[in-house]
Amino acid sequence: MTVWIDTLIQGILLGGFFALSGLGLSLSFGIMRIVNIAHGDFLVTAAYLCLVVSGLSGINPLITIVIIIPITFLSGYALQKIILNRANDGSDLTPLLITFGISIILHNVLQELFSADSKSLDAGSFETVSLTIGNIHIGWLPLTILIVAFIVYIGIYRIMATTRFGRIVRATVDDQEITGLMGIDTNKIYCLGMGLSMSIVGIAGSLYGIKSSFFPMAGGNQLLFAFETVIIGGMGSIWGTMFGGMALGIAQIIGYRIGAGWGAFAGHLVFFIFLFLKPSGLLSKGDQHA
Amino acid sequence: MTMLLEIKDLNAGYGPITALFGINLKLNEGDTLALIGANGAGKTTLLRIVTGLIVPNDGVIQYKGKDIGGFASHRIASMGISMVPEGRRLFPSLTVEENLIMGACTNRKGEWTLEKVYKLFPILKDFRKRMANMLSGGQQQMVAVGRALMANPLLLLCDELSLGLAPVIVKDIYKTLETVTKSGVSLIIVEQDINQAIASSDNFLCMREGEIVLSGTKESADRAEIAQAYFGN
Repeated sequence: MTVWIDTLIQGILLGGFFALSGLGLSLSFGIMRIVNIAHGDFLVTAAYLCLVVSGLSGINPLITIVIIIPITFLSGYALQKIILNRANDGSDLTPLLITFGISIILHNVLQELFSADSKSLDAGSFETVSLTIGNIHIGWLPLTILIVAFIVYIGIYRIMATTRFGRIVRATVDDQEITGLMGIDTNKIYCLGMGLSMSIVGIAGSLYGIKSSFFPMAGGNQLLFAFETVIIGGMGSIWGTMFGGMALGIAQIIGYRIGAGWGAFAGHLVFFIFLFLKPSGLLSKGDQHA
Repeated sequence: MTMLLEIKDLNAGYGPITALFGINLKLNEGDTLALIGANGAGKTTLLRIVTGLIVPNDGVIQYKGKDIGGFASHRIASMGISMVPEGRRLFPSLTVEENLIMGACTNRKGEWTLEKVYKLFPILKDFRKRMANMLSGGQQQMVAVGRALMANPLLLLCDELSLGLAPVIVKDIYKTLETVTKSGVSLIIVEQDINQAIASSDNFLCMREGEIVLSGTKESADRAEIAQAYFGN
Protein backbone atom coordinates (compact mmCIF):
# COMPACT_ATOMS: atom_id res chain seq x y z
CA MET A 1 0.00 0.00 0.00
CA THR A 2 2.70 2.47 1.01
CA VAL A 3 4.42 1.70 -2.29
CA TRP A 4 1.39 2.86 -4.24
CA ILE A 5 0.86 5.98 -2.14
CA ASP A 6 4.53 6.75 -2.64
CA THR A 7 4.16 6.15 -6.41
CA LEU A 8 1.20 8.51 -6.56
CA ILE A 9 3.02 11.22 -4.59
CA GLN A 10 6.22 10.91 -6.64
CA GLY A 11 4.08 10.95 -9.80
CA ILE A 12 2.36 14.17 -8.75
CA LEU A 13 5.72 15.72 -7.87
CA LEU A 14 7.13 14.83 -11.31
CA GLY A 15 3.83 15.93 -12.83
CA GLY A 16 4.33 19.37 -11.32
CA PHE A 17 7.35 19.87 -13.56
CA PHE A 18 5.56 18.57 -16.67
CA ALA A 19 2.59 20.82 -15.90
CA LEU A 20 4.87 23.85 -15.60
CA SER A 21 6.84 23.16 -18.78
CA GLY A 22 3.64 22.24 -20.66
CA LEU A 23 1.93 25.51 -19.72
CA GLY A 24 4.27 27.57 -21.89
CA LEU A 25 3.47 25.38 -24.87
CA SER A 26 -0.23 25.38 -24.02
CA LEU A 27 -0.35 29.19 -23.92
CA SER A 28 1.45 29.71 -27.22
CA PHE A 29 -0.93 27.24 -28.84
CA GLY A 30 -4.02 28.53 -27.06
CA ILE A 31 -3.39 32.21 -27.78
CA MET A 32 -1.40 32.39 -31.00
CA ARG A 33 -2.30 28.96 -32.45
CA ILE A 34 1.43 28.39 -32.80
CA VAL A 35 2.68 24.82 -32.55
CA ASN A 36 6.04 25.69 -31.05
CA ILE A 37 8.50 23.00 -32.13
CA ALA A 38 11.33 24.93 -30.44
CA HIS A 39 9.64 24.74 -27.01
CA GLY A 40 12.02 22.07 -25.65
CA ASP A 41 15.05 23.94 -26.95
CA PHE A 42 13.81 27.18 -25.39
CA LEU A 43 13.59 25.26 -22.11
CA VAL A 44 17.19 24.02 -22.48
CA THR A 45 18.35 27.50 -23.52
CA ALA A 46 16.75 28.90 -20.36
CA ALA A 47 18.72 26.32 -18.33
CA TYR A 48 21.96 27.51 -20.02
CA LEU A 49 20.93 31.11 -19.38
CA CYS A 50 20.49 30.25 -15.72
CA LEU A 51 23.95 28.58 -15.80
CA VAL A 52 25.54 31.74 -17.21
CA VAL A 53 23.71 34.17 -14.90
CA SER A 54 24.34 32.16 -11.74
CA GLY A 55 27.96 31.46 -12.86
CA LEU A 56 28.69 35.15 -13.45
CA SER A 57 26.91 36.46 -10.39
CA GLY A 58 27.61 33.61 -7.99
CA ILE A 59 23.98 33.68 -6.90
CA ASN A 60 22.10 30.43 -6.24
CA PRO A 61 20.40 29.40 -9.53
CA LEU A 62 17.04 29.20 -7.76
CA ILE A 63 17.24 32.91 -6.99
CA THR A 64 18.52 33.87 -10.45
CA ILE A 65 15.11 32.81 -11.83
CA VAL A 66 13.92 36.32 -10.91
CA ILE A 67 16.49 37.67 -13.39
CA ILE A 68 15.73 34.98 -16.00
CA ILE A 69 11.98 35.80 -16.17
CA PRO A 70 12.30 39.34 -17.62
CA ILE A 71 15.00 38.16 -20.06
CA THR A 72 12.84 35.34 -21.42
CA PHE A 73 9.76 37.60 -21.46
CA LEU A 74 11.55 40.12 -23.66
CA SER A 75 12.94 37.34 -25.88
CA GLY A 76 9.42 35.98 -26.37
CA TYR A 77 8.05 39.45 -27.11
CA ALA A 78 10.81 40.10 -29.66
CA LEU A 79 10.48 36.66 -31.24
CA GLN A 80 6.77 37.23 -31.83
CA LYS A 81 7.22 40.81 -33.05
CA ILE A 82 10.19 40.27 -35.34
CA ILE A 83 9.48 36.79 -36.69
CA LEU A 84 6.23 35.06 -35.78
CA ASN A 85 3.77 37.92 -36.43
CA ARG A 86 5.09 38.09 -39.97
CA ALA A 87 4.27 34.42 -40.37
CA ASN A 88 0.65 34.94 -39.30
CA ASP A 89 -0.65 34.16 -42.79
CA GLY A 90 -3.50 31.91 -41.77
CA SER A 91 -1.53 28.72 -42.31
CA ASP A 92 -0.64 26.55 -39.30
CA LEU A 93 2.35 25.17 -41.17
CA THR A 94 4.33 28.41 -41.46
CA PRO A 95 4.95 29.01 -37.71
CA LEU A 96 5.59 25.29 -37.29
CA LEU A 97 8.37 25.38 -39.89
CA ILE A 98 9.81 28.59 -38.45
CA THR A 99 9.99 27.20 -34.92
CA PHE A 100 11.52 24.01 -36.34
CA GLY A 101 14.20 26.20 -37.92
CA ILE A 102 14.76 28.06 -34.65
CA SER A 103 15.14 24.69 -32.91
CA ILE A 104 17.97 23.66 -35.28
CA ILE A 105 19.67 27.04 -34.88
CA LEU A 106 19.51 26.77 -31.07
CA HIS A 107 21.03 23.25 -31.14
CA ASN A 108 24.02 24.56 -33.05
CA VAL A 109 24.45 27.80 -31.13
CA LEU A 110 24.32 25.98 -27.78
CA GLN A 111 26.82 23.38 -28.98
CA GLU A 112 29.13 26.09 -30.28
CA LEU A 113 28.98 28.06 -27.02
CA PHE A 114 28.85 25.32 -24.39
CA SER A 115 30.13 22.16 -26.19
CA ALA A 116 28.13 18.94 -26.39
CA ASP A 117 28.99 17.89 -22.81
CA SER A 118 26.23 17.82 -20.27
CA LYS A 119 26.08 20.54 -17.63
CA SER A 120 24.19 20.92 -14.41
CA LEU A 121 23.14 23.71 -12.11
CA ASP A 122 24.15 23.54 -8.48
CA ALA A 123 21.51 24.79 -6.08
CA GLY A 124 23.36 23.42 -3.03
CA SER A 125 22.13 20.84 -0.52
CA PHE A 126 18.56 21.88 -1.27
CA GLU A 127 18.64 19.50 -4.25
CA THR A 128 19.06 16.39 -2.12
CA VAL A 129 17.30 16.98 1.19
CA SER A 130 13.84 15.57 1.67
CA LEU A 131 10.87 15.57 3.94
CA THR A 132 10.16 12.18 5.50
CA ILE A 133 6.65 11.11 6.47
CA GLY A 134 6.61 7.47 7.59
CA ASN A 135 8.24 5.54 4.78
CA ILE A 136 7.57 8.22 2.18
CA HIS A 137 10.31 10.67 1.18
CA ILE A 138 9.29 13.91 -0.46
CA GLY A 139 12.24 15.78 -1.99
CA TRP A 140 12.30 19.51 -1.25
CA LEU A 141 13.25 20.31 -4.85
CA PRO A 142 10.36 18.47 -6.56
CA LEU A 143 8.02 19.83 -3.88
CA THR A 144 9.24 23.36 -4.59
CA ILE A 145 8.72 22.80 -8.32
CA LEU A 146 5.17 21.60 -7.66
CA ILE A 147 4.43 24.63 -5.50
CA VAL A 148 5.93 26.98 -8.09
CA ALA A 149 3.79 25.27 -10.74
CA PHE A 150 0.64 25.85 -8.68
CA ILE A 151 1.52 29.50 -8.08
CA VAL A 152 2.18 30.05 -11.79
CA TYR A 153 -1.09 28.32 -12.75
CA ILE A 154 -3.14 30.37 -10.31
CA GLY A 155 -1.39 33.53 -11.53
CA ILE A 156 -2.06 32.78 -15.19
CA TYR A 157 -5.64 31.81 -14.42
CA ARG A 158 -6.20 35.06 -12.52
CA ILE A 159 -4.67 37.09 -15.33
CA MET A 160 -6.88 35.42 -17.94
CA ALA A 161 -10.11 35.52 -15.90
CA THR A 162 -10.00 38.87 -14.15
CA THR A 163 -7.73 41.39 -15.87
CA ARG A 164 -8.33 43.65 -18.85
CA PHE A 165 -5.40 41.98 -20.62
CA GLY A 166 -6.94 38.54 -20.00
CA ARG A 167 -10.27 39.68 -21.36
CA ILE A 168 -8.61 41.01 -24.50
CA VAL A 169 -6.64 37.76 -24.89
CA ARG A 170 -9.84 35.69 -24.64
CA ALA A 171 -11.53 37.97 -27.18
CA THR A 172 -8.54 37.68 -29.53
CA VAL A 173 -8.64 33.88 -29.30
CA ASP A 174 -12.40 33.98 -30.05
CA ASP A 175 -12.19 36.33 -33.02
CA GLN A 176 -9.01 38.15 -33.95
CA GLU A 177 -10.65 40.24 -36.68
CA ILE A 178 -13.44 41.58 -34.47
CA THR A 179 -11.00 42.29 -31.63
CA GLY A 180 -9.11 44.48 -34.10
CA LEU A 181 -12.35 46.34 -34.81
CA MET A 182 -12.57 47.07 -31.07
CA GLY A 183 -9.42 49.18 -31.42
CA ILE A 184 -7.01 46.49 -30.21
CA ASP A 185 -3.70 45.89 -31.98
CA THR A 186 -3.90 42.09 -31.84
CA ASN A 187 -0.30 41.72 -33.02
CA LYS A 188 0.75 43.41 -29.79
CA ILE A 189 -1.47 41.03 -27.80
CA TYR A 190 0.33 38.14 -29.50
CA CYS A 191 3.70 39.66 -28.54
CA LEU A 192 2.61 39.90 -24.90
CA GLY A 193 1.18 36.37 -25.09
CA MET A 194 4.47 34.97 -26.36
CA GLY A 195 6.29 36.98 -23.69
CA LEU A 196 4.08 35.39 -21.04
CA SER A 197 4.60 31.92 -22.52
CA MET A 198 8.37 32.42 -22.58
CA SER A 199 8.44 33.75 -19.00
CA ILE A 200 7.01 30.40 -17.91
CA VAL A 201 9.59 28.66 -20.10
CA GLY A 202 12.23 30.70 -18.26
CA ILE A 203 11.00 29.44 -14.87
CA ALA A 204 10.52 25.85 -16.06
CA GLY A 205 13.87 25.78 -17.88
CA SER A 206 15.83 27.02 -14.87
CA LEU A 207 14.14 24.45 -12.61
CA TYR A 208 14.80 21.78 -15.23
CA GLY A 209 18.50 22.67 -15.14
CA ILE A 210 18.56 22.35 -11.34
CA LYS A 211 16.55 19.12 -11.39
CA SER A 212 18.63 17.27 -13.97
CA SER A 213 21.73 17.60 -16.13
CA PHE A 214 21.26 19.00 -19.61
CA PHE A 215 23.05 19.21 -22.95
CA PRO A 216 22.36 21.16 -26.17
CA MET A 217 20.32 18.37 -27.79
CA ALA A 218 18.18 17.65 -24.71
CA GLY A 219 15.27 19.76 -25.99
CA GLY A 220 13.71 17.01 -28.10
CA ASN A 221 12.68 14.90 -25.12
CA GLN A 222 11.41 17.95 -23.24
CA LEU A 223 9.31 18.97 -26.25
CA LEU A 224 7.86 15.47 -26.41
CA PHE A 225 6.92 15.46 -22.71
CA ALA A 226 5.42 18.95 -22.99
CA PHE A 227 3.42 17.90 -26.04
CA GLU A 228 2.14 14.82 -24.27
CA THR A 229 1.13 16.96 -21.30
CA VAL A 230 -0.76 19.46 -23.46
CA ILE A 231 -2.49 16.82 -25.58
CA ILE A 232 -3.52 14.63 -22.63
CA GLY A 233 -4.91 17.74 -20.92
CA GLY A 234 -6.62 19.18 -23.99
CA MET A 235 -5.19 21.78 -26.37
CA GLY A 236 -5.55 25.35 -25.16
CA SER A 237 -7.02 24.57 -21.74
CA ILE A 238 -4.98 25.93 -18.79
CA TRP A 239 -6.19 23.54 -16.07
CA GLY A 240 -6.31 20.67 -18.56
CA THR A 241 -2.56 21.10 -18.99
CA MET A 242 -2.13 20.81 -15.21
CA PHE A 243 -4.07 17.53 -15.20
CA GLY A 244 -2.17 16.34 -18.28
CA GLY A 245 1.13 16.94 -16.48
CA MET A 246 -0.08 14.98 -13.45
CA ALA A 247 -1.32 12.09 -15.61
CA LEU A 248 2.01 11.93 -17.44
CA GLY A 249 4.03 12.17 -14.19
CA ILE A 250 2.08 9.39 -12.47
CA ALA A 251 2.30 7.19 -15.59
CA GLN A 252 6.07 7.66 -15.79
CA ILE A 253 6.63 6.85 -12.09
CA ILE A 254 4.47 3.72 -12.38
CA GLY A 255 6.64 2.77 -15.35
CA TYR A 256 9.84 3.28 -13.33
CA ARG A 257 8.40 1.06 -10.58
CA ILE A 258 7.95 -1.72 -13.15
CA GLY A 259 11.43 -1.35 -14.56
CA ALA A 260 14.16 1.28 -14.94
CA GLY A 261 13.70 1.55 -18.70
CA TRP A 262 9.92 1.68 -18.58
CA GLY A 263 9.31 5.19 -17.23
CA ALA A 264 9.19 7.27 -20.41
CA PHE A 265 7.59 4.37 -22.25
CA ALA A 266 4.69 4.21 -19.79
CA GLY A 267 4.16 7.94 -20.35
CA HIS A 268 4.11 7.49 -24.13
CA LEU A 269 1.65 4.62 -23.69
CA VAL A 270 -0.77 6.78 -21.69
CA PHE A 271 -0.38 9.52 -24.31
CA PHE A 272 -1.14 6.99 -27.03
CA ILE A 273 -4.22 5.72 -25.21
CA PHE A 274 -5.49 9.31 -24.89
CA LEU A 275 -4.89 10.00 -28.58
CA PHE A 276 -6.80 6.84 -29.35
CA LEU A 277 -9.73 7.20 -26.93
CA LYS A 278 -10.07 10.95 -26.29
CA PRO A 279 -7.99 12.90 -28.82
CA SER A 280 -9.52 16.22 -27.68
CA GLY A 281 -7.92 15.70 -24.25
CA LEU A 282 -9.26 15.83 -20.70
CA LEU A 283 -10.54 19.41 -20.53
CA SER A 284 -10.57 20.70 -24.08
CA LYS A 285 -13.36 23.12 -24.93
CA GLY A 286 -13.65 21.26 -28.21
CA ASP A 287 -11.58 21.98 -31.28
CA GLN A 288 -13.12 24.89 -33.12
CA HIS A 289 -10.68 24.38 -35.94
CA ALA A 290 -11.72 20.83 -36.79
CA MET B 1 -22.80 70.46 -43.10
CA THR B 2 -19.39 68.87 -42.97
CA MET B 3 -18.33 65.78 -44.84
CA LEU B 4 -17.54 62.81 -42.62
CA LEU B 5 -16.72 60.12 -45.15
CA GLU B 6 -15.89 60.41 -48.81
CA ILE B 7 -14.91 57.54 -51.08
CA LYS B 8 -13.56 58.27 -54.55
CA ASP B 9 -13.04 55.81 -57.43
CA LEU B 10 -12.54 52.83 -55.16
CA ASN B 11 -11.56 49.47 -56.63
CA ALA B 12 -11.06 46.47 -54.39
CA GLY B 13 -11.24 42.73 -54.26
CA TYR B 14 -10.04 39.49 -52.79
CA GLY B 15 -6.77 38.35 -54.35
CA PRO B 16 -7.16 38.25 -58.13
CA ILE B 17 -10.95 38.73 -57.92
CA THR B 18 -12.23 42.29 -58.14
CA ALA B 19 -15.37 42.83 -56.07
CA LEU B 20 -15.86 46.61 -56.24
CA PHE B 21 -15.56 48.81 -59.32
CA GLY B 22 -15.22 52.58 -59.15
CA ILE B 23 -17.24 53.22 -55.99
CA ASN B 24 -18.02 56.85 -55.11
CA LEU B 25 -19.79 57.74 -51.91
CA LYS B 26 -20.33 60.78 -49.70
CA LEU B 27 -21.68 60.92 -46.18
CA ASN B 28 -22.31 64.07 -44.18
CA GLU B 29 -22.00 64.26 -40.41
CA GLY B 30 -25.19 63.09 -38.72
CA ASP B 31 -26.64 61.55 -41.88
CA THR B 32 -27.85 58.02 -42.36
CA LEU B 33 -27.10 56.17 -45.56
CA ALA B 34 -28.68 52.88 -46.61
CA LEU B 35 -26.70 50.51 -48.79
CA ILE B 36 -29.04 48.11 -50.49
CA GLY B 37 -28.46 45.34 -52.95
CA ALA B 38 -28.74 41.60 -53.43
CA ASN B 39 -26.37 38.99 -52.04
CA GLY B 40 -22.89 39.40 -53.47
CA ALA B 41 -23.42 42.98 -54.62
CA GLY B 42 -20.38 44.14 -52.64
CA LYS B 43 -22.05 45.83 -49.67
CA THR B 44 -20.17 43.93 -46.98
CA THR B 45 -16.90 44.28 -48.91
CA LEU B 46 -17.40 48.05 -48.91
CA LEU B 47 -17.90 48.06 -45.11
CA ARG B 48 -14.84 45.86 -44.65
CA ILE B 49 -12.79 48.39 -46.60
CA VAL B 50 -14.02 51.33 -44.56
CA THR B 51 -13.10 49.48 -41.33
CA GLY B 52 -9.66 48.55 -42.63
CA LEU B 53 -10.23 44.80 -42.81
CA ILE B 54 -9.52 44.84 -46.55
CA VAL B 55 -6.94 47.06 -48.21
CA PRO B 56 -8.34 48.60 -51.40
CA ASN B 57 -6.49 48.21 -54.72
CA ASP B 58 -6.86 51.90 -55.53
CA GLY B 59 -9.04 54.88 -54.81
CA VAL B 60 -9.31 57.32 -51.92
CA ILE B 61 -11.12 56.89 -48.60
CA GLN B 62 -11.30 60.14 -46.69
CA TYR B 63 -12.60 60.23 -43.16
CA LYS B 64 -12.83 63.65 -41.51
CA GLY B 65 -10.65 64.92 -44.35
CA LYS B 66 -7.92 62.37 -43.69
CA ASP B 67 -6.97 59.59 -46.10
CA ILE B 68 -7.42 56.36 -44.13
CA GLY B 69 -6.88 53.89 -47.00
CA GLY B 70 -4.53 51.14 -45.83
CA PHE B 71 -4.76 51.98 -42.12
CA ALA B 72 -4.94 48.97 -39.77
CA SER B 73 -8.43 48.23 -38.47
CA HIS B 74 -7.57 48.97 -34.83
CA ARG B 75 -6.33 52.43 -35.82
CA ILE B 76 -9.49 53.17 -37.80
CA ALA B 77 -11.59 51.98 -34.86
CA SER B 78 -9.86 54.40 -32.51
CA MET B 79 -10.60 57.22 -34.97
CA GLY B 80 -14.31 56.63 -34.40
CA ILE B 81 -15.57 54.13 -36.96
CA SER B 82 -17.44 51.22 -35.37
CA MET B 83 -19.12 48.24 -36.96
CA VAL B 84 -21.93 45.89 -36.02
CA PRO B 85 -20.75 42.95 -38.10
CA GLU B 86 -22.94 40.60 -40.09
CA GLY B 87 -23.94 37.63 -37.95
CA ARG B 88 -23.16 39.69 -34.78
CA ARG B 89 -19.87 37.90 -34.07
CA LEU B 90 -19.93 38.32 -30.31
CA PHE B 91 -17.08 36.85 -28.27
CA PRO B 92 -18.45 33.48 -27.09
CA SER B 93 -15.93 33.10 -24.23
CA LEU B 94 -16.93 36.46 -22.76
CA THR B 95 -19.99 37.42 -20.75
CA VAL B 96 -22.47 39.98 -22.04
CA GLU B 97 -20.88 42.70 -19.91
CA GLU B 98 -17.34 41.72 -20.98
CA ASN B 99 -18.46 41.87 -24.61
CA LEU B 100 -19.77 45.40 -24.05
CA ILE B 101 -16.59 46.48 -22.23
CA MET B 102 -14.52 45.21 -25.18
CA GLY B 103 -16.24 47.91 -27.23
CA ALA B 104 -14.70 50.56 -24.99
CA CYS B 105 -11.13 49.43 -25.77
CA THR B 106 -10.75 52.35 -28.18
CA ASN B 107 -10.66 54.63 -25.10
CA ARG B 108 -12.78 57.21 -26.90
CA LYS B 109 -14.54 59.60 -24.57
CA GLY B 110 -18.21 60.29 -25.12
CA GLU B 111 -21.72 59.82 -23.87
CA TRP B 112 -21.93 56.05 -24.38
CA THR B 113 -21.13 54.16 -21.21
CA LEU B 114 -22.15 50.80 -19.80
CA GLU B 115 -25.02 52.46 -17.90
CA LYS B 116 -26.29 54.19 -21.01
CA VAL B 117 -26.20 50.98 -23.07
CA TYR B 118 -28.12 49.20 -20.29
CA LYS B 119 -30.63 52.05 -20.37
CA LEU B 120 -31.05 51.57 -24.11
CA PHE B 121 -31.37 47.77 -23.76
CA PRO B 122 -32.59 47.11 -20.17
CA ILE B 123 -32.79 43.35 -20.75
CA LEU B 124 -29.00 43.19 -21.15
CA LYS B 125 -28.49 44.38 -17.59
CA ASP B 126 -30.40 41.34 -16.29
CA PHE B 127 -28.30 39.03 -18.43
CA ARG B 128 -24.97 40.79 -17.99
CA LYS B 129 -23.30 37.83 -16.25
CA ARG B 130 -24.40 35.32 -18.89
CA MET B 131 -22.15 34.10 -21.67
CA ALA B 132 -22.95 36.09 -24.81
CA ASN B 133 -23.93 33.10 -26.93
CA MET B 134 -26.54 31.99 -24.35
CA LEU B 135 -28.84 34.85 -25.35
CA SER B 136 -31.53 34.84 -28.03
CA GLY B 137 -30.71 36.16 -31.48
CA GLY B 138 -32.37 39.52 -30.85
CA GLN B 139 -30.62 39.97 -27.50
CA GLN B 140 -27.31 39.07 -29.11
CA GLN B 141 -27.93 41.74 -31.73
CA MET B 142 -28.52 44.21 -28.90
CA VAL B 143 -25.14 43.25 -27.43
CA ALA B 144 -23.53 43.72 -30.85
CA VAL B 145 -25.08 47.19 -31.23
CA GLY B 146 -24.22 48.08 -27.63
CA ARG B 147 -20.63 46.90 -28.08
CA ALA B 148 -20.24 49.11 -31.15
CA LEU B 149 -21.73 52.11 -29.31
CA MET B 150 -19.35 51.66 -26.36
CA ALA B 151 -16.61 52.86 -28.72
CA ASN B 152 -18.39 56.24 -28.91
CA PRO B 153 -18.24 56.23 -32.70
CA LEU B 154 -18.79 59.13 -35.06
CA LEU B 155 -19.68 56.64 -37.77
CA LEU B 156 -21.55 53.41 -37.09
CA LEU B 157 -21.71 50.71 -39.76
CA CYS B 158 -24.53 48.19 -39.41
CA ASP B 159 -24.27 45.06 -41.51
CA GLU B 160 -27.51 43.10 -41.98
CA LEU B 161 -29.03 43.86 -38.59
CA SER B 162 -32.25 42.07 -39.53
CA LEU B 163 -30.64 38.79 -40.57
CA GLY B 164 -32.30 35.84 -38.83
CA LEU B 165 -34.40 37.99 -36.48
CA ALA B 166 -38.16 38.14 -36.06
CA PRO B 167 -39.73 41.23 -37.73
CA VAL B 168 -40.93 42.65 -34.41
CA ILE B 169 -37.40 42.53 -32.99
CA VAL B 170 -35.99 44.10 -36.14
CA LYS B 171 -38.44 46.96 -35.68
CA ASP B 172 -37.30 47.41 -32.07
CA ILE B 173 -33.65 47.50 -32.99
CA TYR B 174 -34.18 50.03 -35.76
CA LYS B 175 -36.15 52.15 -33.32
CA THR B 176 -33.19 52.24 -30.95
CA LEU B 177 -30.98 53.27 -33.88
CA GLU B 178 -33.09 56.43 -34.10
CA THR B 179 -31.96 57.26 -30.56
CA VAL B 180 -28.40 56.72 -31.72
CA THR B 181 -28.66 59.02 -34.74
CA LYS B 182 -30.28 61.69 -32.59
CA SER B 183 -27.10 61.74 -30.52
CA GLY B 184 -25.26 62.85 -33.69
CA VAL B 185 -23.78 59.55 -34.86
CA SER B 186 -23.69 58.99 -38.63
CA LEU B 187 -24.90 55.65 -39.87
CA ILE B 188 -24.36 53.38 -42.82
CA ILE B 189 -26.95 50.62 -42.89
CA VAL B 190 -26.49 47.59 -45.06
CA GLU B 191 -29.73 45.70 -45.57
CA GLN B 192 -31.42 43.28 -47.89
CA ASP B 193 -34.78 44.47 -46.62
CA ILE B 194 -35.16 47.51 -48.88
CA ASN B 195 -38.19 49.06 -47.19
CA GLN B 196 -36.68 48.88 -43.71
CA ALA B 197 -33.39 50.34 -44.89
CA ILE B 198 -34.82 53.26 -46.86
CA ALA B 199 -37.38 54.09 -44.17
CA SER B 200 -34.65 54.57 -41.59
CA SER B 201 -32.24 56.56 -43.79
CA ASP B 202 -31.81 59.98 -45.36
CA ASN B 203 -30.17 58.71 -48.53
CA PHE B 204 -29.72 55.37 -50.19
CA LEU B 205 -27.35 53.68 -52.62
CA CYS B 206 -28.21 50.55 -54.52
CA MET B 207 -25.35 48.24 -55.45
CA ARG B 208 -25.23 45.46 -58.00
CA GLU B 209 -22.24 43.32 -58.98
CA GLY B 210 -19.73 45.61 -57.33
CA GLU B 211 -21.05 48.89 -58.72
CA ILE B 212 -23.37 51.58 -57.49
CA VAL B 213 -26.30 51.49 -59.90
CA LEU B 214 -28.72 53.90 -58.24
CA SER B 215 -28.65 56.58 -55.60
CA GLY B 216 -31.30 58.84 -54.14
CA THR B 217 -32.96 60.27 -51.08
CA LYS B 218 -35.70 58.77 -48.96
CA GLU B 219 -38.20 61.21 -50.49
CA SER B 220 -37.26 60.48 -54.09
CA ALA B 221 -37.17 56.69 -53.69
CA ASP B 222 -39.21 55.04 -56.42
CA ARG B 223 -40.02 51.38 -55.92
CA ALA B 224 -40.04 50.41 -59.58
CA GLU B 225 -36.74 52.16 -60.19
CA ILE B 226 -35.16 50.48 -57.15
CA ALA B 227 -36.45 47.04 -58.14
CA GLN B 228 -34.96 47.55 -61.57
CA ALA B 229 -31.61 48.61 -60.09
CA TYR B 230 -31.65 45.83 -57.48
CA PHE B 231 -32.28 42.95 -59.85
CA GLY B 232 -30.89 44.35 -63.11
CA ASN B 233 -32.22 43.27 -66.44
